[in-house]
Amino acid sequence: MNFAVLQFPASNCDQDAVHVLKNVLGHSARLVWHKENSLAGIDGVVVPGGFSYGDYLRTGAIARFSPIMQAVQQFAGNGGPVLGVCNGFQILCEAGMLPGALIRNRSLQFRCENVFIKTATSDSPFTNKIADGKVLRLPIAHGEGCYFADDATLNKLQSNRQILWQYCSENGDLTEGANPNGSLLNIAGICNEARNVAGLMPHPERASESLLGCADGKVIFESLIHWLENRSLAKAA
Amino acid sequence: MELRCIRVRKKLACGRRFAQHRARVKAKIIVTPKKAVLDPQGKTVASALEHMGYKGIGAVHVGKYLEIELSGTDKEAWRKQIDDACHKILSNPVIEDYRFEIE
Repeated sequence: MNFAVLQFPASNCDQDAVHVLKNVLGHSARLVWHKENSLAGIDGVVVPGGFSYGDYLRTGAIARFSPIMQAVQQFAGNGGPVLGVCNGFQILCEAGMLPGALIRNRSLQFRCENVFIKTATSDSPFTNKIADGKVLRLPIAHGEGCYFADDATLNKLQSNRQILWQYCSENGDLTEGANPNGSLLNIAGICNEARNVAGLMPHPERASESLLGCADGKVIFESLIHWLENRSLAKAA
Repeated sequence: MELRCIRVRKKLACGRRFAQHRARVKAKIIVTPKKAVLDPQGKTVASALEHMGYKGIGAVHVGKYLEIELSGTDKEAWRKQIDDACHKILSNPVIEDYRFEIE
């Protein structure tokens, strides 16, 4: 599979995402500069973390108007899978590709630590290899990760099973103490209604090798690859 | 039309004859968090004010103020454009409200 990892001014963990897709999982992945405007030949897109454009105005607000984002909207509109991590999640929300918004952590503190997240459904390109309810340990590093949406949107997210990951205790309980930023419903990650665009605040690309202390994040990329491989088989048949 | 960030000029360009013809139109925009949105900054400021002894402090909402210097004199045309810009980029309608004046 061919992956594109977008690169904005002040992106971070973009190289980590390429490394995991390429060297850990054996697929092709390349960085795509934000001024580019084509995603020809790409099977999946990762919008990485960071502080694109200095997070001026609001997180992700300026990045969403980058030339490459038009191509990403088109790619997603045609059913292509897009995964936003941290700042990537914020950019996808600003672009209207995911509902809601990410606002300042309730504690007003930048949180940089490992958290536990529970996978709420395996029904998505990003979770299909994760057992329902499985707890993953992943790092976070953000100041604006508090997921907010109005009640109507939250109800819709729940009824459509668009909540993919929720902050939880090590045992999988959705407690307030396990919620690092005050996100409503302990939301750590969601997908769109069509299920091909997802975003999450934790960084799976920073926890995909046991050498780094934890490989729990790898299964998210493995799910995506599995979903793409199944889709190519279905197309070929 | 051209949008430019305002720069405070310490020295006025006196003596330039044409200066008076370059009437400046300015947009003054206030962006605030929606009432339903958690505003931890506002809460923290409110509690700081209370601790300082100010009486009768209610809810505090911390927002943003933007001033944009605009070319031309057609305020109506600018009103439409600034409204569009506020909706698209200067605010996020999911979490923020905005209001502005053109003067």
